[in-house]
Amino acid sequence: MSGVLRPISSLDWRASGGEPAGDLVIRRAAVLDPRARLEGTYDVVVRGGKIAELAEPGSAEPGDGELIEAEGRAVFPAFFDPHVHLRTPGDEDEEEVETGTRAAASGGFCGVLAMANTSPPVDSAADVRSLCEQASEQAFVPTGFLACVTRGMAGEELTEMAELRDAGAVGFSDDGLPISNARLMRRALQYQHLVGAQLALHEEDHDLSRPAGAHQPHLGGVMHEGVVSAALGLAGIPSVAESTMIARDAALAAYEDARVHVQHLSARESVEAVAVAKEAGVRLTCEATPHHLTLTDEKVRSLDSRFKMNPPLRGADDRQALIEGIRSGVIDCVATDHAPHSLVEKEVPFEQAAMGVTGLETAFAALHTELVVPGVLELAVLVERMGGGAEPFGFEPPSLAIGSDASLVLFDPDAQWEPGAEGWESRSSNSCFAGVPMRGRVLMTVVAGRVVYRQRSFAMGVA
Amino acid sequence: MRHLLAIADLERADIERILERAEGFAEVGRRDIKKVPTLRGRTIVNLFYESSTRTSSSFELAAKRLSADVVSVKAAGSSVDKGESLKDTITTLSAYGPEAIVIRSPDAGAADLVAGWTEAAVVNAGDGKHEHPSQALLDLYTLIRRLGSLEGKRIWIVGDVLHSRVARSNALAFGMMGAEVTVCGPPTLIPRAIDEALGCAVSHDLGGLGEADVVYALRMQRERMRESFIPSIREYVAGYQIDARRLGPRQLLMHPGPLNRGVEIAPEVIDGPNSLIAEQVESGLVVRMAILYELLANARPRPGGGRAADSEDVPAPTPIKEPA
Repeated sequence: MSGVLRPISSLDWRASGGEPAGDLVIRRAAVLDPRARLEGTYDVVVRGGKIAELAEPGSAEPGDGELIEAEGRAVFPAFFDPHVHLRTPGDEDEEEVETGTRAAASGGFCGVLAMANTSPPVDSAADVRSLCEQASEQAFVPTGFLACVTRGMAGEELTEMAELRDAGAVGFSDDGLPISNARLMRRALQYQHLVGAQLALHEEDHDLSRPAGAHQPHLGGVMHEGVVSAALGLAGIPSVAESTMIARDAALAAYEDARVHVQHLSARESVEAVAVAKEAGVRLTCEATPHHLTLTDEKVRSLDSRFKMNPPLRGADDRQALIEGIRSGVIDCVATDHAPHSLVEKEVPFEQAAMGVTGLETAFAALHTELVVPGVLELAVLVERMGGGAEPFGFEPPSLAIGSDASLVLFDPDAQWEPGAEGWESRSSNSCFAGVPMRGRVLMTVVAGRVVYRQRSFAMGVA
Repeated sequence: MRHLLAIADLERADIERILERAEGFAEVGRRDIKKVPTLRGRTIVNLFYESSTRTSSSFELAAKRLSADVVSVKAAGSSVDKGESLKDTITTLSAYGPEAIVIRSPDAGAADLVAGWTEAAVVNAGDGKHEHPSQALLDLYTLIRRLGSLEGKRIWIVGDVLHSRVARSNALAFGMMGAEVTVCGPPTLIPRAIDEALGCAVSHDLGGLGEADVVYALRMQRERMRESFIPSIREYVAGYQIDARRLGPRQLLMHPGPLNRGVEIAPEVIDGPNSLIAEQVESGLVVRMAILYELLANARPRPGGGRAADSEDVPAPTPIKEPA
């Protein structure tokens, strides 16, 4: 059902239908694109928005275009994030299409997919069209919108998925909430044979994650159930709340010969459930977030609400399983689950605080710092997974192969910086990496030949 | 010590210092005029977001016996009812320049947050299901007075451990003072990994209760039945109620209150010779005096505005007459 892949740059953004991009030469860059089997020092030549040439180092001339000397710096295919929250419509005080995609550009992303759990949720063709129009006016990077699987995200009736797809929805998700009703989940999978678009699933069994019962949802679990929750007296969300739902939906997808994308894996049991399903041939892809790959529930001991998100940070063993999943490919991609929240929702006691953390501006730097620098994960594997979220949603993965859209990241692997020290591109500041020393920084992001972000100190250096 | 937020933050030496001080204050309670001038001119705010009888009244009385000025704010009927956030409430109250804020909240970590928002010393008087450190200290005081030391003593904490901040603070505090702690209750009310979290043993029945030197019963709330943690109060009583049949003649009995007579504890043992329940309440007063003393007596008073004073013009605190 996945059909032909389309370029990420065909999504709506500010450059949609605009003038062609100027030319660009990036000299002596350490080029790395594992998918295209490219590794070595080249001059990257960009013409007409495409990768025109990978020339001998120091040989390429910019002509009328811009020249960037990049010795000691790396060029990767830009990243793709299939899971962000742009909070529009309804919570524009937390994020807008413009600010969220600016954050994405600064993190090295050449495309993002926005979730539909806005206020009100995106469940009508008019909503989707209006968002696509906003993206074409405001978005710094190509932006796709998912629509709800169920009307009003109420989990009771399907949305008009065929019409929503025609209006521009690139997939469907009730993210933020699970589709608890198995019958409805099955209907959505059946209907996918008509609509074709991906179903992205937030897997959580509320009967397990809300220990006081559904009649008291406010008493739901607020962190991983384990030693730390026992010590703090906080209601726990057990790992099996996630893994049992993954197993259910993998079985339903297999039965209906449908495909699903499992969002934000957090637990070892979940990685195992995905591995079993993939082994059995189920058409299932999945993602993990930078925070789940780098942090554990020990962080919650501080009762700092910046470490509250759903699914929660889990134990060290869970984190290890996620890293192994990224390494082996059981986990297809990194996704940030960028979830901006206002201070009003976070400067409150832990149990009352909203769930979610921002992530676009820190994703690659955090993973580079915590996994690549200490030698836990190969850089090439990380670079590949940063673009792995495109294909499950029907997009060509970003590539540096000749003739591809020139969507790339210029990265300084030695730069040292602290996220948030110079403010944020996002409208919100609820980052769990604020003030954490980072190693490696995105200097420039290019989408289809257009420079969409330049890190300020770097920009001054070349001016 | 700057704040009292959790037993988990304390060293054994901190605990011993507070208990020793409480011993001294016990003498004050036997005087005709039960008041010392130690905290004269200092302001203490009691901020209670949850109903409480013994904790709020004993903190208030403790402050008054130390001659502090006390403001007690209860959430019901205050601006909290009008939707004011915790942060704004603290900012408002901090404008009075209190030296201490005592806070009881239904939310874990509320006291920690407050400590970050005010110059005052913060006392956690119970935060959600997290900790209730002053309760643990008064229980230690009560027990040590009776037993001399907790070294090697076996203490069973029985009941709804999952929802109990007292269980968490007390298991840590008893363990820190050398006792061997067992938590006991139905498996649905014992949190996963609690043994690792608190360094205690776990039992799901009272079979081994005979070994205990001290039995600490926890409050069992009827709403746990509706949430299907227990099938019925009747079945809970059959399995876990502390009654005269289960409580041996040399075993001490404690309970943090308020009691559910006939649920977690049978009426005949409440007032029995082994019961320390009334003494616990008495201890509450002197231990809370000792806590306020520990946090405030050595710190300088601060003039209004809630800012720390650096100036030498600030009048020195009233010289402390050793109460004991």
